[in-house]
Amino acid sequence: MSILLNKKTQIIVHGLTGAQGSFHSQQCIEYGSNIVGGVTPGKGGTEHLGRPVFNTAREAVKETGANASLIFVPPPYAADSILEAADAGVAVIICITEGIPVLDMARVKKRLNAMRAEGRDITLVGPNCPGVITPGECKAGIMPGYIHRKGSVGVVSRSGTLTYEAVWQVTSQGLGQSTVVGIGGDPVQGMNFVDTLKLFQADRQTEAVIMIGEIGGSAEEDAARYIREEMTKPVFCFVAGRTAPAGRRMGHAGAIVEGGSGTHASKVEALKEAGAVVVDNLSEIGAAVAAKLSGKTRPRAARK
Amino acid sequence: MKLLEYEGKEIFERYGIPMLPRCGVIRIGDSTERLHMEGPGPWVVKAQVLAGGRGKAGGVKLAKTPAEARELAGQMLGMKLITHQTQGKALTVEEVLVEEACGIAREIYISVVLDRKAAAPAIIASAEGGMSIEELAHTHPEKIIKVPVDPEVGLLDFQTRQLAFDLKIPQKNFREFTEFSRQLVKVFLENDASLVEVNPLVISSEGRLLAIDSKIVTDDNALFRHKDQAARPDHEATEIEKEAKAIGINYIGLDGDIGCMVNGAGLAMATLDTVKMAGGDAANFLDVGGGASVDQITRAFQIILKDPKVKAVLVNIFGGIMKCDNIASGVVEASKKVEIDVPLIVRLEGTNVKEGREILAKSGIKIAQASSLWEAAQKAVAAAKAN
Repeated sequence: MSILLNKKTQIIVHGLTGAQGSFHSQQCIEYGSNIVGGVTPGKGGTEHLGRPVFNTAREAVKETGANASLIFVPPPYAADSILEAADAGVAVIICITEGIPVLDMARVKKRLNAMRAEGRDITLVGPNCPGVITPGECKAGIMPGYIHRKGSVGVVSRSGTLTYEAVWQVTSQGLGQSTVVGIGGDPVQGMNFVDTLKLFQADRQTEAVIMIGEIGGSAEEDAARYIREEMTKPVFCFVAGRTAPAGRRMGHAGAIVEGGSGTHASKVEALKEAGAVVVDNLSEIGAAVAAKLSGKTRPRAARK
Repeated sequence: MKLLEYEGKEIFERYGIPMLPRCGVIRIGDSTERLHMEGPGPWVVKAQVLAGGRGKAGGVKLAKTPAEARELAGQMLGMKLITHQTQGKALTVEEVLVEEACGIAREIYISVVLDRKAAAPAIIASAEGGMSIEELAHTHPEKIIKVPVDPEVGLLDFQTRQLAFDLKIPQKNFREFTEFSRQLVKVFLENDASLVEVNPLVISSEGRLLAIDSKIVTDDNALFRHKDQAARPDHEATEIEKEAKAIGINYIGLDGDIGCMVNGAGLAMATLDTVKMAGGDAANFLDVGGGASVDQITRAFQIILKDPKVKAVLVNIFGGIMKCDNIASGVVEASKKVEIDVPLIVRLEGTNVKEGREILAKSGIKIAQASSLWEAAQKAVAAAKAN
């Protein structure tokens, strides 16, 4: 088992015919992902990368039976594409696009929540993220496939290259990953750390989790609460931005310490208190996981 | 982007937010005769800088006569200002706003912020204005009022009334306040702001409701639909930062002496942290982007070396889609184009890393290589100290 994606996942790509969409979809296809079609308004009826292109997501889902969407649409139109995918009925929506206005995402979240309240099962990953990969089964995103290896470590992160770094360390230790989820670096996003940790906790393939956070917001503090109260699998953390100056956005729109909140210290303290292993030196995270798992430690029994 | 007080007030004006009449803004080099002061006064002279705590630092002064206001404005231009929000650094006052002053009967704090957890805007307010909201949140969290805002419809009528009652707004100003709060949320939503703050909102000794200060931060991601904002100068960015931004490189200047070039924002942040742990300080945050082409690497070197503090350059690139051998060729080619006269430490990891390291080793360029980020940081710190 894995989370979010597996061999059977059928993906439509929004923005398949664009430069980014073409390049990365080709990489996903070569990795073995089931890309079953694309959505580009006005190019319906054509073919791209050997896949059918549709005018609308509804048509794409109807014709291909897709259950996941991968979005490469430019920022002004990406929020609309997320809602179009949700309306068409896909269950997992992964949005790679960086630079979507925050209020557009607030409006998207409001509508997705309303759809969920009516019983729809929709998971949004991103935006501004590298995507999701279940090694050996399905890659939906822009991460380099070859650094991954099938295994038992779940990885969740707010940053792209930092995820690759952690994944590579795990792979270099002779271990592998169950699923790797990039939740993205924006202040308003789809699934958060807690949502992802819940899936990893319930996933039988996952034995340990690496969680990579960064300054800004309170997602790490919320995760700490969940880890303390519900999580029985070991969690290894790194939080980027210890030396970041306050009030400056460190590349990601969401990576900012504002009004004294969202600091590195508060996140690290909360995670340590929750019983997670927090490494100060990023170069040590792979070895820390390996030391734990090579001892063949079984996941701790559920707490009463 | 952070707006200066007067820029924010120009936006407020369009939304009918009640304010005191402004007499003009002058910049360094302008004549103070450009200020139009009429009436009996008094006036207030305010340094236009992006930091709170101006008053205590001497950036807000009261003048009884137009002549005094002109004199104070002239003195304030070019002044160096250090407040509790500038992290010990001095900001130069380049612009000064002069406006009419009023007696104050009551101060109220109100802002519209992005509530990240709720994924929606929220109003934060307190009947106790004047002090910093962070301080109040710490000492008297019960005195802070929070009202959720629907991102599609704005503030509802009952919410404006609730807020007015909670803030104990006098009956005389009640309607004025409900209209003000609705408009403040409109400023936030229609301008794609991430913060709109009025601190203080006052009730003057004459009983008028007035926004005395303005602080607006806008969402850079939404600039494509706000041509007016896109045309505005970025007051926070330094010259190097502006130059970097213009060529698509994410750069933030810092105080240390180790220049950093990294791909990806998270890895860039982690690189600064690792340099610190190794006993050094980074001169900058720089995300060269996912592609890391020869052009981009060349430009990044040029940007980093513009900072005279830089004593060593650390390149940390994880080769993903772009393979390490390509990146190595890029670094070699770029270092031929740009004269790098400080030690260069390169750490490559990822696909074709062996080939990449070989290209660097055979290039004839003096490059210290490292196989982990930790090793690279230690080498860079040692090189900077020796240089």
